[in-house]
Amino acid sequence: MTVIEKAEQQVGTSTTRIEAVDKVTGAARYAGEYPLDELAHGVVVTSTIGRGRVASVGADEILAMPGVIAVLHHGNAPRLHDPGDATLLLLQADTVPHQGAVVALVVASSLEQARAAAEALVVTYDEEPHDVGFTADHPKMYVPDHVNPAFDTETVIGDVDAATQAAEVVVDATYTTPTQQNNAMEPHATTATWHGDHLTVFDSNQGAASVKQSIVKLFGLDQDQVRVLSEHVGGGFGSKGTARAPVVLASMAARTTERPVRVALSRQQMFSLVGYRTPTIQQMRLAAGRDGTITAIDHLAYSQTSTVLEFAEQTAVISRMMYATETLRSRHRLVALDVPTPRWMRAPGEAPGSFALESAIDELAEACGVDPIELRIRNEPTTEPESGLAFSSRSLVACLREGAQRFGWHDRDPRPGIRQDGRWLLGTGVAAATYPARTAPSTAAATAEPDGRFTVRVTASDIGTGARTALTLVAADALGVAPGQVTVLIGDSEFGQAMIAGGSMGMSSWTWAVTDACHELLVERAQREIPADGITVTADTAAKVKAMSRLSRHSFGAQFAEVAVDVRTGEVRVRRMLGIFAAGRIVNPLTARSQLIGGMTMGLSAALLEEAIMDSASGDYVNHDLAGYHVAAHADVPSIEVGWVDEVDHEVNPAGVKGIGELGIVGAPAAIANAVWHATGVRQRDLPIRPDRVIDTHPRPNTA
Amino acid sequence: MADHAQRSTVELKVNGDDQVLYLDHRTTLLDALREHLDLTGSKKGCDHGQCGACTVLVDGRRANACLLLAVAQQGREITTIEGLSTGGELHPVQQAFIDHDGFQCGYCTPGQICSAVAVLDEAERGWPSAVTADVAAADVRLDAAEIRERMSGNLCRCGAYVNIVTAVSAAAKGGA
Repeated sequence: MTVIEKAEQQVGTSTTRIEAVDKVTGAARYAGEYPLDELAHGVVVTSTIGRGRVASVGADEILAMPGVIAVLHHGNAPRLHDPGDATLLLLQADTVPHQGAVVALVVASSLEQARAAAEALVVTYDEEPHDVGFTADHPKMYVPDHVNPAFDTETVIGDVDAATQAAEVVVDATYTTPTQQNNAMEPHATTATWHGDHLTVFDSNQGAASVKQSIVKLFGLDQDQVRVLSEHVGGGFGSKGTARAPVVLASMAARTTERPVRVALSRQQMFSLVGYRTPTIQQMRLAAGRDGTITAIDHLAYSQTSTVLEFAEQTAVISRMMYATETLRSRHRLVALDVPTPRWMRAPGEAPGSFALESAIDELAEACGVDPIELRIRNEPTTEPESGLAFSSRSLVACLREGAQRFGWHDRDPRPGIRQDGRWLLGTGVAAATYPARTAPSTAAATAEPDGRFTVRVTASDIGTGARTALTLVAADALGVAPGQVTVLIGDSEFGQAMIAGGSMGMSSWTWAVTDACHELLVERAQREIPADGITVTADTAAKVKAMSRLSRHSFGAQFAEVAVDVRTGEVRVRRMLGIFAAGRIVNPLTARSQLIGGMTMGLSAALLEEAIMDSASGDYVNHDLAGYHVAAHADVPSIEVGWVDEVDHEVNPAGVKGIGELGIVGAPAAIANAVWHATGVRQRDLPIRPDRVIDTHPRPNTA
Repeated sequence: MADHAQRSTVELKVNGDDQVLYLDHRTTLLDALREHLDLTGSKKGCDHGQCGACTVLVDGRRANACLLLAVAQQGREITTIEGLSTGGELHPVQQAFIDHDGFQCGYCTPGQICSAVAVLDEAERGWPSAVTADVAAADVRLDAAEIRERMSGNLCRCGAYVNIVTAVSAAAKGGA
């Protein structure tokens, strides 16, 4: 592979967002904001039992209400074909798998009419007992075939038990993380319209090409009958990674009513219909010599899935590649409960897994009396511990050192519970971050226009990442022109197959296809005059991606936090955070910094606030809105600084980029928890670090 | 039931334009703006007054449009994100959000900006907040802590808070 070098590179130049003016003036339209003629409004009705069957749907009374056009339910909805995702087979059967499952869609001329009718709809049930109790000793706990997306469930190297027995120092602790909800600011929405046999949907998603394929399969349509448009998307964090209920229901209802239909979920409905991060229970054992040299890592992670679809969070995978060790065991266990289906949420696997691993590393540092940064450096592997593969690049140590310097780590007193500022105890903590740097096949098209401009088309999605802008910089470099000469069009399934904006794989995958298309276009253009309709060249990276060498490819980072803890009120305030990252070439420093700060902010939120509380009696989340489920607000978020170390990686993709969507959240909660220990002398092994979990902790007497 | 029992005429001044709307009594100000006037800049993030994405100015003061019934706003002046820029010129807060990358997905952004415009005005009037040390002082200095406190009704899930505070600070220094 070659890295493209240009004399006047746009990549690496801070550039404000191309859609910035549209977003700050309200002109940017999201999926639920297309004012189509005769638009009808669909409101989802969800189940009010934890498990059972729908006995009756009182549609007749509702159809008599003003403005009501249709009531779709399992008895009358169009039949769907399984697209390989059972969560999308909506209104196909009377079964109710969990609270908040879709049982009907009420369609009316106005939103007010639809909402009133949906609230008035009487659905009766044959209720069956539900089980929503997630515990490590649940009798139905099982070993899944694989974990997300295709990792081995278990890996074993050597004998961790023997290594642990022989070790001078052992950390053996259990960590838990709660159900966390993605809660993108834009609720999932779709506006669907049929023209004869052709369906157009404006949909809020992370990948229009992927959603199109789901619709094609669900409705048994041909490729040319479906178009998915997603120009602006109000956040996703994994919850819009594939098709969700609104696109299915709106498409169905628009066909049935022969009118355009919009379906937007309520905030409350998002808690049961769009995925979330599973709760985890993690048993972590680290064994080491007195000097902190690790001899065993043993990571056992429990998580939940639903009875509808198996989703197995890859929680323990991080322990397979992070630190050198002679023996290693990583295992996953799963239980299918009567709960909504968990899916991807920012840094699936690494986000919860790093909380356990990076907290345990801090505990090991304490037990060995070794500085936690030094301990990590002592256990830096030369090859990936589990696979033995070489790293394409690995800059963790550089991140730790740069971060230590900038954060002012070197004069840190390691003793806990000895710094005070009025009612506050102060502490600092560190944790490492990582995420896989993968690439997936994508296509892109580049057009040389007769007027000298260029147009690039790729079914990328800009969910707030700045993808549109970054791709413009990459295309400009590939074409050797100024960014103003290039128009990048995204969010339209007509542009062909492309990776979703997910798994930190968007930019790495799209830039490859865009670069290839642009380079081939320059060759083509040199050979002939540009005709009136321009010259268009398409590229497909499938063969190149398949031919990539076997290497361990990851981004890395170091997270630092300073906290203040009031052990009387239990309040924890983060005073400052610093993240230093290594993620290959940074395409647009302005937006990259924002995205990494965003990940750290979500990490702060996870550390201190976020927890969807499942009520065992009803089988429902008791705090299913933004008043009850707390996400960090302005006043929670202090100064957060971000930097990165230079990293050139020729083995990830021609542009040399690693994704940064997930990286910023990984390790952030552990850094904060480690800082809370440093402040108080008490370990916080359960997230979130709520006041009630802190309130009884008292500073450990200074034993030094 | 007669139609007038369910609907009423309401006159609003929206972004300087007089609007006469015949609305369902259940229609919120947010839905009136989005569904009847095609002003979709005001966003629906929760519809329950919990996220601030629908923040608009009502007679110059910020309010969650999702919590106001439209027919109860008779005669009021409403300013939405679409009404902040005049004559193709961005409001200083809008420009500051662009310059300091005060947004990512953009969905909370109109609410953040409308809220920030109101925050600048409230500080100008000397209104204290929960973090103002001297509530009797005539002048309010909009430091980072004041901005964070006053903007806390506007959630952002992308985590753009750090840049939003920088943007509002810059606008406060430049504009006020």
